[in-house]
Amino acid sequence: MNSLYRYIVNFVKGLRSLLVGMRTTLRVFFRKKITECYPENRKKLVMFDRFRGELVLLHDSQNHHKCIACGICEVNCPNSTIRLTSEMVTDAAGKKKKVLVDYHYDHGSCLFCHLCVRTCPQGALDFIPTFEHAVFTREKLVHKLNREGSSLAPKPVAENLTV
Amino acid sequence: MFDFSVITQWIDQLLRGALPDAAATVVECVLIGLALLLGYAVIALALIYVERKVCAWFQCRLGPNRVGPFGLLQSVADMIKMLIKEIIEIKHVDRFLFGLAPYIVIIASVAAFSCLPFAKGLQVLDFNVGIFFLIAVSSIGIVGILLAGWASNNKYSLIGAMRSGAQMISYELSIGLSILTMVVLSGTLQITELVEGQADGWFLFKGHVPALIAFVVYLVAGTAETNRGPFDLPEADSELTAGYHTEYSGMHFGFFYLAEYLNMFIVAGVAATLFLGGWMPLHVPGWESFNEVMDYIPSLFWFLGKVGAMIFVIMWFKWTFPRLRIDQLLRLEWKYLLPINLLNLLLMVIVVVYKLHF
Repeated sequence: MNSLYRYIVNFVKGLRSLLVGMRTTLRVFFRKKITECYPENRKKLVMFDRFRGELVLLHDSQNHHKCIACGICEVNCPNSTIRLTSEMVTDAAGKKKKVLVDYHYDHGSCLFCHLCVRTCPQGALDFIPTFEHAVFTREKLVHKLNREGSSLAPKPVAENLTV
Repeated sequence: MFDFSVITQWIDQLLRGALPDAAATVVECVLIGLALLLGYAVIALALIYVERKVCAWFQCRLGPNRVGPFGLLQSVADMIKMLIKEIIEIKHVDRFLFGLAPYIVIIASVAAFSCLPFAKGLQVLDFNVGIFFLIAVSSIGIVGILLAGWASNNKYSLIGAMRSGAQMISYELSIGLSILTMVVLSGTLQITELVEGQADGWFLFKGHVPALIAFVVYLVAGTAETNRGPFDLPEADSELTAGYHTEYSGMHFGFFYLAEYLNMFIVAGVAATLFLGGWMPLHVPGWESFNEVMDYIPSLFWFLGKVGAMIFVIMWFKWTFPRLRIDQLLRLEWKYLLPINLLNLLLMVIVVVYKLHF
């Protein structure tokens, strides 16, 4: 009697759990689909903020960046993707100062580990979520991140740095 | 309601007018064969597309959407790929049986397909033991699968075929018994009469409780019979690679693939015929105007709509339930479905004898 009772209870329980499963999948069936139809929707495609597409040196509206050419990013880069060129400049007060000349970034060998951004003491770097990087030669993947004529931001740190 | 036999009789008279009787019969046979194979191929392609779309929707994806509008030509492209692929000659196989197996599977499937009543007057095979014939020919497919496993000279194929054979023979019992339950209710084995008998209400409603139980059991057993998930044990990538069709390539593999999808269509078609009235529109006794409106929808659409709904349910099973182990699979059949089915048959007999049905 006991075993027959268990047989029936198991059967009903099993049937119930199967129906619960079917209800769940039917809900998913009518849910909005998450597939991105990429080339068609490239105009309005928004990548996730966390996506690491490409390293940038942030610049503000006056073409100021925050890089003090300390070289910590260069040291931390596991692939030697970053190469800094700097020069010593004596300013009006007679103080010697290191100034960034060329922020060399080889996109092709970057492994997007984020170490440069995390170790930058000035918060001068960031990754942006661009992703259409295909080019025909490797040379085109080498970028100079500091813009033409840009300079270090003056002491009261400039707000609203943008890409 | 439009009767398709008008068209077939017109073709028949046309042929008999132009040709001697024997030649006319031969031409008709060829025409019917062509129509069947064409329908078979088209339905298989459509089903493969539908399967991929439904699977995608259950997984929150869009599915094929690149080839043609909404990806409609995807399965056509797949078919062309399959047709131009090489059929690889494998060493140490039993060449005759190896080549024969896919044809047995496909012939069994086409023969069962030809029994389905697609619309009023649109049925190839119709005789007094029609549904019995359908069960018989659909079982021949097992022979093909066992032969495929045996002739491949491959342990994975052999084990896969054995599993498949055990599974199909077991579930054949349930299918047979649930069909028998409905035959008890209708009192006929002829498929047209089965459908005509549902003019005043489908058997699912007329037979109420026992019919509903038989319907559920039939769906479960039918899913198992077609070797589809959650009962797709003959194909287990990690244990058996692809099961009985591991060694097949090109169109030989394509035949197994087509037969698998068409078997699903046949199972759904039989479910629609036995329980949901085949091509018979939804009729409610007493609601004359409602019945008349329903009659305006062509019978072909009624049949395909019901089959489509059944196919959706079978796909829904596949993309919801986890797979069973082989012992669980056989336990489900022998310890649950079979006793339930036998009791249900008894219940149906009582219902029919005491006229408790509608």
